[in-house]
Amino acid sequence: MVDIVIIGAGVSGCAIARELSRYRAKVLVLERDEDVCCGTTKANSAIVHAGYDAAHGSLMARLNVEGSRLMPALAKELDFSYEQNGSLVVMLDEADRPTLNALYQNGVANGVEGLRIVERDELVKMEPNISDEAIAALYAPTGAIVCPFGLTYALAENAAKNGVEFRFDTEVTGLSPIEGGWRVATSAGDFEARVVVNAAGVFADALHNMVSEDKMTIIPRRGDYFLLDHSAAGHVHSTIFQLPGKYGKGVLVAPTVHGNILVGPTAIDIEDKESTATTQSGLDEVRTKSSLAVKNLPLRQTITSFCGLRAHEVRHEFFIGEVKPGFVDCAGIESPGLSSAPAIGKMAAGIVQGILNLAEDPAFDPTRKGILDPKTLDPEAHAALIKQNPAYGTVICRCETVTEGEIIDAIHRVPGARSVDGVKRRTRAGMGRCQGGFCSPRVMEILARELGIDQSEVTKAGAGSGLIVGVNKDSI
Amino acid sequence: MEKIDLICIGCPLGCPVSVTMENGEVREVTGNTCKRGDAYARKEVTDPTRIVTSTVRVKGGRLAMVSVKTASDIPKGRIFDCVKALQAVELAAPVKIGQVVLPNVAGTGVAVVATKNVPAK
Amino acid sequence: MKEYDLVVIGGGPAGLAAAAAAHEAGLRDILILERDNELGGILNQCIHNGFGLHTFKEELTGPEYAGRYIEKVEQLGIPYKLNTMVLDLAADKTVTAMNRQDGLFQLHPKAVVLAMGCRERPRGALNIPGCRPAGIFTAGTAQRLVNMEGYLPGRKVVILGSGDIGLIMARRMTLEGAKVQVVAELMPYSGGLKRNIVQCLDDYGIPLKLSHTVIDIQGKKRVEGITLAAVDDKGRPIPGTEEQYDCDTLLLSCGLIPENELSRAAGVELSPVTSGPTVNESLETSIPGVFAAGNVLHVHDLVDYVSEEAGAAGRHAAQYIAAGCTEAAWRTLPVSCQNGVRYTVPSAIRPDAAGETITLRFRVGNVYKNKKIAVYAGDACIFSRKRPVLAPGEMETVQLKTALLKEHPEAAGITVTLEEA
Repeated sequence: MVDIVIIGAGVSGCAIARELSRYRAKVLVLERDEDVCCGTTKANSAIVHAGYDAAHGSLMARLNVEGSRLMPALAKELDFSYEQNGSLVVMLDEADRPTLNALYQNGVANGVEGLRIVERDELVKMEPNISDEAIAALYAPTGAIVCPFGLTYALAENAAKNGVEFRFDTEVTGLSPIEGGWRVATSAGDFEARVVVNAAGVFADALHNMVSEDKMTIIPRRGDYFLLDHSAAGHVHSTIFQLPGKYGKGVLVAPTVHGNILVGPTAIDIEDKESTATTQSGLDEVRTKSSLAVKNLPLRQTITSFCGLRAHEVRHEFFIGEVKPGFVDCAGIESPGLSSAPAIGKMAAGIVQGILNLAEDPAFDPTRKGILDPKTLDPEAHAALIKQNPAYGTVICRCETVTEGEIIDAIHRVPGARSVDGVKRRTRAGMGRCQGGFCSPRVMEILARELGIDQSEVTKAGAGSGLIVGVNKDSI
Repeated sequence: MEKIDLICIGCPLGCPVSVTMENGEVREVTGNTCKRGDAYARKEVTDPTRIVTSTVRVKGGRLAMVSVKTASDIPKGRIFDCVKALQAVELAAPVKIGQVVLPNVAGTGVAVVATKNVPAK
Repeated sequence: MKEYDLVVIGGGPAGLAAAAAAHEAGLRDILILERDNELGGILNQCIHNGFGLHTFKEELTGPEYAGRYIEKVEQLGIPYKLNTMVLDLAADKTVTAMNRQDGLFQLHPKAVVLAMGCRERPRGALNIPGCRPAGIFTAGTAQRLVNMEGYLPGRKVVILGSGDIGLIMARRMTLEGAKVQVVAELMPYSGGLKRNIVQCLDDYGIPLKLSHTVIDIQGKKRVEGITLAAVDDKGRPIPGTEEQYDCDTLLLSCGLIPENELSRAAGVELSPVTSGPTVNESLETSIPGVFAAGNVLHVHDLVDYVSEEAGAAGRHAAQYIAAGCTEAAWRTLPVSCQNGVRYTVPSAIRPDAAGETITLRFRVGNVYKNKKIAVYAGDACIFSRKRPVLAPGEMETVQLKTALLKEHPEAAGITVTLEEA
């Protein structure tokens, strides 16, 4: 029996795992996909919300503000990309002034620092491409952007470094109470744990409902996005929101930490929890709405469109707590879940600690170094790196200038990349304007070599997603 | 009299060519801009042929495959036979451009030759 | 690091021809930088025949065509570096590059030829809605996997886009054992050469559906199917025309984009139409001493013309260096486009800098029948030629006589237009 099983290796599960790795405990993370960061965490707005939006007094509000405060130090400690670029909630109609003021008041009550309302003159100075209709905006200097993959890999790697074990391709199929804990039935056998943490994202309701009579309903809320090329960088500097409407935050236009522009999302409630297919109408909606707050947006520079599912609980709140003895929910983690992740990790780990009364591990190392990006080195250090390891001299991804050295590093991390998408999310190889057209065969080759498998076994994103189906003339 | 419309594949111009046939014989070719078009059209309506390009495996080479072609055109109906005949072929590196990969492929009397140099590893 | 007079960025057909021509024009200090592990560029994966009729008067495959130029470069003793990525080109022509052996290094050539080629438009840029599973490849990626690595990327294939690579891959996949079900093209005409429709689709009974596009992709892990629909004259799907295809693979051949990230970084002026540099009659960009040729300049249909254009760029680069890297303030005539002519290369001509003839290449924006290509210097017609058919997929070439141009010193510009024949 292990001490703790965490179900789900998204940002919440990994944040909890990392917090629990501070203690002397056997922690196991079970993930149905082939890698961390494969569900809601991989497709979202990549925003650290300042915390003015969530209703004052809610758990969401408290954890958002706390998460946003913890993020800068965490980014340094765990070496992931984070940038405090500020955010603007733009008012396009004077009739909405009361809503803008109410948002400001809510933010102040939530404890968000530095909030103020900026009028058009100042707004245009801050964002020259702001819509001609923009009248005023709520400015939050603590609003930030983050790489959601970078954050999650950082948490997972640091957790693993401190003893947490990750099991992938392991889907939980049943939960039953046993003496002193739970039996967790999975597609890869049974596990026993003293405490189970449910961080299963859009599937958290199913797990919750296996153990609790007090039922929970999570609706996958689809969000479609466009990602624009680096050539569009600088079109906006802050994260530009429209004043919220009926469905959450509407369409935002934001820079990414990697110098792209992200536009989206829609908010479409669907039934299929695995359907991350974009639709024409969804993409059209983003296209139409994006021009409301920002003008001349170069949507022609789109390099990809994608969609993600938010784990929307019908009561629109985070549910973090022990719902049965030894069964801790971390459910309903929709936006601002990414922003709140550091605080969610602390809160959930605190609850587990309260149950198990674990001893601190003096060997806990809170630091982690990310994959070295040679572009960040000065020329001498860069030259020395290539001399020491020539793999850093071979560029594999032309668009994002990713070298073989970085890809090899990504594959040999724990947990490491095992698929083309795993390499892409860790290193950005294939993330650029040609979307892997040139580099994917090279990445496949490197994966096969480093993992000791045949190239035909390399997948895009785990079992069933093979990229090669055979060899020439094998069926003629 | 029968009229057959073709697109000449002799060069990238892609001229629309008309062939007038009578009793299985070509009476007239029109629309072509060069002699190549005339020849193509006459052949295409009586005995269509194609150059076939493909790949075969290389052992011990810097590349896993070498590109190959039929040294001249073969009957259109024999294309798949030709490809099938290449299925089991494996060359040892180095491979030189022009090297015969398979003489008389599928009994067509035409050789398959390598179209790329593949040096040994 | 040894310095070179001329650095050619790219060792594909354009770079090889440029370097060879510069050498033949008397320049000796030339270096080719190639990012792949062999010279020849994309021709290495274009194993089909049809290359070289113009240049060598015989029909070659892509690797054979590349082989001829590689041999020439080797014979001339022009040095090259493989697996070498140029990371930056500065406005002063400083080239920053990287490879395993030399590490990070800089070169300070007197002239540069841009010959980086082009890339394929990916799925994301096409805004095709649906799932994002494995099994969606650009035609060129599939071409590399099949032709160079011997791997089949799919067995039941739908191809979107009738560009030449898509057509060629329809035949290649068929001959390697896959079933190509349909080639769909958004436009009412094919983007590829007519001969390729005949010998790659018609020969194998593969249907070509014009004015059709993919409106949905199904499959969570691997492609399981796609939905095709007819489109109206604005390219919008027509409800009720949906057709379902079960397939494991979608290949995309929906256009090529010149790779000008280095040019942009250097401050080279780019054309919004071609996405390539704007150049004068010497194929010189807005930065003196920086020349461009091949698909980085504008996307070609025929490698023969790439070689020809690149040869000119190489010669001009050699001349530029021989002249002491200075240029006279020659009279410059802008070339403007009218009546369906989308762009021209060059987009400006200096009659006094030109040789006996000036090659003008362009594409039209639609299919035109029974037209006349006409070129005017000011108001005076200096060239005209009847064309029964003009199509966007086929580049047009016009040779202007420089002497005729010089007869009109009053002309403020040149116009290329289509007129009724």
